[in-house]
Amino acid sequence: MKKSVLLGTLAVAGLAAGAVSAQTLDEVRARGALNCGVTTGLVGFAAPDANGEWEGFDVGVCRAVAAAVLGDSTAVNFVPTTGQTRFTALASGEIDMLARNTTWTFSRDVDLRFEFTGINYYDGQGFMVPRELGVSSAMELDGATVCIQTGTTTELNLADFFSSNNMSYEPVPIETNAEAQQQYLAGACDVYTTDASGLAATRATFEDPSAHVVLPEIISKEPLGPLVRHGDNEWGDIVRWTLNALIAAEELGVTSANVAELAAGTENPEINRLLGSEGDLGGMLGLSSDWAANAISSVGNYGELFEGNIGENTPIGLARGLNAQWTDGGLLYSPPFR
Amino acid sequence: MTIQVVAFALILAAIWFLGRNIVHNLEELGKDFNFAFLNSRAGYDINQRLIEYSNDSTHGRAALVGILNTLLVAFLGCILATILGVIAGVLRLSKNWIVGRLMTVYVEGFRNIPLLLWIILIFAVMTEATPQPRDFRGEDAEASMILGDSVAVTNRGIYVPNVVFTRSLGGNEMTEAADGVEAAIIPSAVAMDWLLVLVLLVGGVLASKAIGRWATKTQEATGIRPPATLWMQIGVILGPFVLVMIALGATLDLPELRGFNFSGGIHMRNSLIALWFALSLYTGAFIAEIVRAGILAVSRGQTEAAFALGLRPNRTMNLVILPQAMRVIIPPLISQYLNLTKNSSLAIAVGYMDVRSTLGGITINQTGRELEGMLLLGLFYLVTSLVISGAMNIYNNSVKLKER
Repeated sequence: MKKSVLLGTLAVAGLAAGAVSAQTLDEVRARGALNCGVTTGLVGFAAPDANGEWEGFDVGVCRAVAAAVLGDSTAVNFVPTTGQTRFTALASGEIDMLARNTTWTFSRDVDLRFEFTGINYYDGQGFMVPRELGVSSAMELDGATVCIQTGTTTELNLADFFSSNNMSYEPVPIETNAEAQQQYLAGACDVYTTDASGLAATRATFEDPSAHVVLPEIISKEPLGPLVRHGDNEWGDIVRWTLNALIAAEELGVTSANVAELAAGTENPEINRLLGSEGDLGGMLGLSSDWAANAISSVGNYGELFEGNIGENTPIGLARGLNAQWTDGGLLYSPPFR
Repeated sequence: MTIQVVAFALILAAIWFLGRNIVHNLEELGKDFNFAFLNSRAGYDINQRLIEYSNDSTHGRAALVGILNTLLVAFLGCILATILGVIAGVLRLSKNWIVGRLMTVYVEGFRNIPLLLWIILIFAVMTEATPQPRDFRGEDAEASMILGDSVAVTNRGIYVPNVVFTRSLGGNEMTEAADGVEAAIIPSAVAMDWLLVLVLLVGGVLASKAIGRWATKTQEATGIRPPATLWMQIGVILGPFVLVMIALGATLDLPELRGFNFSGGIHMRNSLIALWFALSLYTGAFIAEIVRAGILAVSRGQTEAAFALGLRPNRTMNLVILPQAMRVIIPPLISQYLNLTKNSSLAIAVGYMDVRSTLGGITINQTGRELEGMLLLGLFYLVTSLVISGAMNIYNNSVKLKER
């Protein structure tokens, strides 16, 4: 008995010791791989393909960071997390960064003590219903049974939306997107609600996507972005500027196809600074000078990442909308590389 | 002695190290340790709630709703598991080959497959094999209600008629909830009515027993049993009950398809039913083995002696074997009840909102108070288990061999 107590306490202590934050960059280098938290499977954002290789829009962010830090975009351990486990995984040090369409909110940033390093997708919460229900507006959903993923902001938005419109609903709490899909298709709920991008991605995997409609109402702002632990600012900077590098690359016309050529030096000093042929931005981050070039050449710029995974030519078919460059009327705006 | 002292010192050192580690790590993360989050607004809705709750309630209230849901499924599960276990345990000893083998299949099948699989399997069957509420609509509907249009079996749960009191003691009839949440009968208002009914029923049973004793006494004294004793016994139970039901204006509230869902009646959610059945069937298999062991532990001589006295087999079982077997059965039965209660935390697999899902899931996730939440959760299961085993120990003392 005494022995088991002792072993138990040692085991717990060992777990707790893992939470001590060290220099994440050194840890990642020593490990030779980046531990990146992603969803348990949302096609287009993060899902394993037929060969078990993770791919998607959020996966691209992980790969870009791995390429920038380690020079190898495949040196990533993808850790699938659910809405409920993701924050614990990040806070405990199990993962180095989380790229899991996570909404940037005040309390997550301040109270849960995380650091959001930017926004890679501007989203909002929507509703999907089967077409045969004949519902054309979210205001007609009084009394409906709604599937939601627990531990998300959508859960709170949903409660606010229904009570502020004086409607009632029956929540069906669900752990992962795959379970939600199964419950929704079985008719155990009338409505599935999550971020509009998630709805589009889920609908694209249905046998008959046209039998389901996404209602026009968007009931919340959901700025989705990668996040890291509070306190390790150097690591936060690396993730933030890797994302900015992808966005800036699109604005500057740097693509995965021409990055090698442009890295040799161009007329545009900003491209030169970004790709490392002028100045030493990489050194300031503690990385090699070709960090951004590595990231861009492995996953492409933001636009390529978007079009390749969730854009209009993919089954998911999302338009750029708010996620266009500021020069095209969108919200993407990278601070200058200087 | 020396070894004990050293071991004790080591344990103290480990505890000290642990405590310091927690404090240090929390400091490093910039988190403090307090339970104030229990008083802040929860902001999320819970589908099954036995007490009043809305998204404006506090996290503490949400935890309480979860606790009650856990206790509900544990209570229902323990009862059904005991019934199943005793039946299966006795039947497994049956001389009838088919009955005995069927029970063996049940016991081995449920005992040797993980509980989580059973929960998911039962839930999946209930979700996939039953019709959606909208299949009940229209002239030539694909599905129809059963038992004279009073019960609806859907893939969202089973809707059964509910007894409502139109002249409730709580005063308010069928309160429309103000904001957002479903219009519902406020549980606390009807609780008084049900309490009254329950008191009358218990009183009726006691009175009927007293009548029985009086009748037996009269019979022993005079040789004549007072006429119509049985009718008096039934009357004393049913009479006040019927009168009170009429006085309170009890009516049946039938489920009815309205909008997206059935409304009215009691909604037994699939998540509750699946969890309840899976827990009961699984634990019932263990209880069956405990019961069988208890019966086999009673010496064969007891049965033979009872037969020699001319008792029939079923009376032998009820009067001679089971009372003695109880002494062997009760202690391991306690741990099965504890297992069932703790296993109910698998509820998340089917989205049943137990305390693990509310306090230990959503609340922790929204507030970031993992340590506090998990400590509270552990404390709840600890206290519940201690209470169950305490109560069962009292019962055990009452049936165990009296040593004089």
